[in-house]
Amino acid sequence: MSQAAGAPKISSLADLFAIAYQIEADAVERYDLLADQMETHNNPELVAVFRDLSRAEGIHRDEIRRLAGDIDVVAHARRMAKWNRGESPEEVNLAAAHYMMTPWHALQLSLAGEKRALEFFTSVVETAKDPKIKKMAEEFMEEEAEHVNLVHRLLRRYPQPSDSWSQDHDPPVSQE
Amino acid sequence: MSIVDMRVAGKPGDYKSNIKPIWCPGCGDYHVLMSFTRAFAELGLPPEQIVVVSGIGCSSRIPAYTNCYGFHGVHGRSLAVAAGLKLSRPDLTVVVASGDGDGYSIGGNHFLHACRRNIDMTYVVMDNRVYGMTKGQPSPTTEPDFDTALSPGGTGLRPFHPLVIALASGANFIARCFSGEPNETASVLVEAIKHPGFSFVEILSPCVTFRPDEVEWKSRVHPAPVAPTNDPGKAARRIMTDDGFNIGILYRGDRKPYQPAIGQPSVDPAELEKEFEL
Repeated sequence: MSQAAGAPKISSLADLFAIAYQIEADAVERYDLLADQMETHNNPELVAVFRDLSRAEGIHRDEIRRLAGDIDVVAHARRMAKWNRGESPEEVNLAAAHYMMTPWHALQLSLAGEKRALEFFTSVVETAKDPKIKKMAEEFMEEEAEHVNLVHRLLRRYPQPSDSWSQDHDPPVSQE
Repeated sequence: MSIVDMRVAGKPGDYKSNIKPIWCPGCGDYHVLMSFTRAFAELGLPPEQIVVVSGIGCSSRIPAYTNCYGFHGVHGRSLAVAAGLKLSRPDLTVVVASGDGDGYSIGGNHFLHACRRNIDMTYVVMDNRVYGMTKGQPSPTTEPDFDTALSPGGTGLRPFHPLVIALASGANFIARCFSGEPNETASVLVEAIKHPGFSFVEILSPCVTFRPDEVEWKSRVHPAPVAPTNDPGKAARRIMTDDGFNIGILYRGDRKPYQPAIGQPSVDPAELEKEFEL
């Protein structure tokens, strides 16, 4: 199923701003949730990574709100920016979280989300008939492409961990 | 007052408490909580008109994570508490959260009779086929060959089939969901809450700690290929012959909910007490 399936319909520039805003707001919420989980499970390195990702998405969210000018994107998003099937593109997969995950894993989740967002805005650009919507969607698409590149650059700092990354020498319980 | 009359503008965050969940990272119950809050926001009910009742177990922590009224009750007895609440306060929306151990084993008998009574409430069971909170013992829905140190060689016991039991016992709405699809699950919860009578929603919710194999459920679940039926016979055939990963609303009955009239007692309780004096 493509990410566009189940996505809210874009009929105006206000709809596009509201959806773009909601995508970033959902990402903030999801990263904060993951940071909270890591805090509970004493993985401070990941707390910092997820809080940083949340902050970055929050900056994008606020920038979209500013770009929208007089449009009340928050209220409009609440009314219409709802995914009927699947999830909003940047809502990272909670099921992939693990209490011993590393920054590399976190950035992989982030990369997947940014790619889905890029795919989403690309599909809007390809299908939009209104030139204003198309132009703005192109800007969002370029922005997401830059985010994908940024995550790739961040990943250079964190090499892929060995296969034994989840091996816990003091596990919660032994089933062996 | 109907659900529609009480609608207020709300967003899912309005239904979350400020208590941080302590489930394991990757647990399906995070998504279920998300589905709860999205469903409540979609229904537009004020938090103070909703009560989330639970028993004991990982799934039963949910009331604390919402800012609705909540009751974290005794193991297996959530339905008894919820039934009493709904009968005395029919104006409230009552949602019960449970797990496969709490709901099908310790609370198994309450499950049968709650279906039979058909009181207007919604029963959500997060099924991970294991007792996760107490470190991985087999539950009623665990496969017979689930082989661990706690059940060497597996239990060899036939798993309980909650949907068939619910149907046979009289539940008025039966659905199966997957936690990894929170929006789809929220939509089913909305329908379950709106449907009159006892609605039963089983949510397949993987336990990543004691059942890491359940991560595969994501690729096994699939939407139910046919529309819901109100014919219990048809529903029984579908539910008994499906692969256990058929997702969606499977049965919508039209049985009248049980709701006795609320009013002044016909007998003075003091007089009644006198009759039983020793």
